[in-house]
Amino acid sequence: MTFRSYLAAGATALALSAGSVAAQALVYCSEGSPEGFDPALYTAGTTFDASSHPIYNRLTQFKVGTTEVIPGLAESWEVSEDGKSITFKLREGVKFHSNANFTPTRDFNADDVIFSFDRQGNEENPYYTVSGGTWEYFGGMSMPDLLESIEKVDDYTVTFNLTRPEAPFIANMAMDFASIVSKEYADAMLEAGTPEMLNQAPIGTGPFVFQAYQKDAVIRYVRNDDYWGEPARVEALIFAITPDASVRYQKVQAGECHVMAYPNPADIAEMQANEDIVVMEQEGLNVGYLAYNTTVPPFDNPKVRKALNMAIDKQAIIDVVFQGSGQIAKNPIPPTMWSYNDAIVDDPYDPEAARAALEAEGVSDLKMKIWAMPVQRPYNPNARRMAELLQADFAKIGVDVEIVSYEWGEYLSRSKELDRDGAVLLGWTGDNGDPDNFLAVLLGCDGREASNRAQWCHEPFEELIGKAKVLPTQAERAPLYEQAQVIFKEQAPWATIAHSVVYMPMRPEVDNYVVHPLGGHIFNEVGLK
Amino acid sequence: MLKYLGSRLLTFIPTFIGVTLISFAFIRVLPGDPIIVMAGERGMTEERYQELTEQFGFDRPIYEQFWDYFTGVLQGDLGDSFVTKRPVWDEFFALFPATLELAFCAMVFAVVMGLPAGVIAAVNRGKFFDRALMSSALVGYSMPIFWWALLLIIVFSGNLGWTPVSGRIDLVYYFPNSTGFMLIDSLMSGQKGAFASAVRHLVLPAIVLGTIPLAVIARQTRSAMLEVLGEDYIRTARAKGMSPGRINGIHALRNALIPVITVIGLSVGTLLGGAILTETIFSWPGIGKWMLDSIFRRDYPVVQGGLLLTAVMVMVVNLTVDVLYGVINPKIRKR
Repeated sequence: MTFRSYLAAGATALALSAGSVAAQALVYCSEGSPEGFDPALYTAGTTFDASSHPIYNRLTQFKVGTTEVIPGLAESWEVSEDGKSITFKLREGVKFHSNANFTPTRDFNADDVIFSFDRQGNEENPYYTVSGGTWEYFGGMSMPDLLESIEKVDDYTVTFNLTRPEAPFIANMAMDFASIVSKEYADAMLEAGTPEMLNQAPIGTGPFVFQAYQKDAVIRYVRNDDYWGEPARVEALIFAITPDASVRYQKVQAGECHVMAYPNPADIAEMQANEDIVVMEQEGLNVGYLAYNTTVPPFDNPKVRKALNMAIDKQAIIDVVFQGSGQIAKNPIPPTMWSYNDAIVDDPYDPEAARAALEAEGVSDLKMKIWAMPVQRPYNPNARRMAELLQADFAKIGVDVEIVSYEWGEYLSRSKELDRDGAVLLGWTGDNGDPDNFLAVLLGCDGREASNRAQWCHEPFEELIGKAKVLPTQAERAPLYEQAQVIFKEQAPWATIAHSVVYMPMRPEVDNYVVHPLGGHIFNEVGLK
Repeated sequence: MLKYLGSRLLTFIPTFIGVTLISFAFIRVLPGDPIIVMAGERGMTEERYQELTEQFGFDRPIYEQFWDYFTGVLQGDLGDSFVTKRPVWDEFFALFPATLELAFCAMVFAVVMGLPAGVIAAVNRGKFFDRALMSSALVGYSMPIFWWALLLIIVFSGNLGWTPVSGRIDLVYYFPNSTGFMLIDSLMSGQKGAFASAVRHLVLPAIVLGTIPLAVIARQTRSAMLEVLGEDYIRTARAKGMSPGRINGIHALRNALIPVITVIGLSVGTLLGGAILTETIFSWPGIGKWMLDSIFRRDYPVVQGGLLLTAVMVMVVNLTVDVLYGVINPKIRKR
């Protein structure tokens, strides 16, 4: 008996038992267990898939399938003239979920918004230390420096006062850490002496209501029939946690799941040939790069860096390391991001010209180190292999490469050092769909000895991204970022290597699934034919 | 017997202290700062790093950290996971029943198949059955687990559709986890077909996990039986005209069991530590994968707590084995 026939046959019997799965259940084979269900506490995509997307909403949200920011729990917003205060008009009549221990007595309002952020930044807030809160994203997005205060104007109006104008702030409000939790629920749990329930038995306003979780096995949700937006199309959503990619594939084939995450690149061709499986694809919002240390000679010379970039056979890397599930990167931001400058021409693969360019700069017998990450990442599935290919490429132009690697924590901290010896393989996955999140974080002067692994600080580039950050509209900001990419290409602090391609295999009966460029798996608009 | 048990129990204390120390030291010897691993590519400010270092107590001398941990352990507090922020104790006991259930079924499979196979092979020494069995045992022992598991999944779940691919029960069944043992919970739920589904989900993982112990038990039983069958008292029994069934089944097997029980005890100990590959492939929510993930994330409390609890379980199994020796061979308990 297959899973589907079980569903049909079991429906009547199950209707009698409390908490049974509805007949219209969408089963998603996910890759791992969430760390918890309060998105602000965590940083992993696996956690966000299981928490912020089905259970919660945010003031603003990304339109599914794009990085465009649209209204969420805020119906509209206004930015003051100096760009330093943003007033959100909140949606009325939005209901929070209920569970066995809590039934809301009021609708969502400004108190929930203030609480959701206050607990992450205010040490006096009783929830600041609950569940060992480390609030990584809140800190990572510079919220403690940026947020001066949050004011409640009335029940449905909230003003965020900032210490400086910051255009990406609206997009930040659509990020997972900005999910709105219920203050009433938090208060009730605090009073009951179980504040950790906010994380373990989540209450949100989202399209699905959390039902049950068994670690490393299954997560269950049912549709939120009181949802303020378009209700979900399936009655129940089930995450079947399946860590092994080959097994996920077998489960989709056997009809035990409808959609699966992260297939093995080696299986994709076979899946595409299989009539029972539809494979969707989209470029991931990430970039994998080789960052030279631009403070150490001869890598402080842009012409030397440019010459090395010409020696890299990127297509071979895509074929061997990504096994086809990647595309060549020519810019530091991915092609799905607004302001991507497609007019830029990538450095040609030309070892002869590269050798000549190095000689012209008086560089000979160059020895260098390439750092290979010890972990797999979407933007670099096998850094060791990538480093070996680069070693072979550079050998062709007479550059002698030594490959080094460290344990991941060591790698991250040592690669930040200003006088680091060698070029580092690393990458980045976007948070909020804003170019600032790549260009300023990874290449801005403030990022040196931190996330700017090239230790690069170039005045004309810095000026452009600084200006773009405070302009209010996308139309005004985009040309500045496009120009910044031109400067980046001329100066070549990195060799941009690849953007991954995300594949989503699913059964043909899955209707209206859209691959989200920000990387999450979102099911509220998905149906079953 | 009580004195024997008491002396075995006394050896628990130094072992327990040793394990606590080793589990504490083990994860700290590995390079990698858990706070930096937690922050990932995004990194964090120096200020924030200091704040977290204090929060986790890493700024204090190592002996103070150990003392805190040790006194916590004695009071039943193993700390909270850095990653999930939940108590290690709760996480362990939420996952351990799944490991125990699978280990139990795998061992039942291995013993039920391995013991008779070893006896029959010994009795028919050098004949076809013996050779076939010993060659298969060698194959079973050497086979990579992930390959064997995927092969069984592809054949029995993919092509034949006889067994489910992975998981513990069909997702249509939903009932509270009262005991954590799916076989018991599914029976208690009263939902039609739930128990059968739980059994069907256990078949492949139990076979995969039981394959190596099965091979080891069969080989061990065979060689122990061969040794015993050459003893004088067996010859005497034969000379007395006792039936071969009685000689092999009672006189020989009982004396051959001591080394076999040692092997079974060791295998159970290994299985209780969680079968990382089997659990990963069959999406089995046990402690093996949980511990492995924690090592990669440098989740100190989980690694040290998980190791300690597993070690205690293994110690309990070893104690049981020692007691069993005494039951089988009264000479041992008098020593």
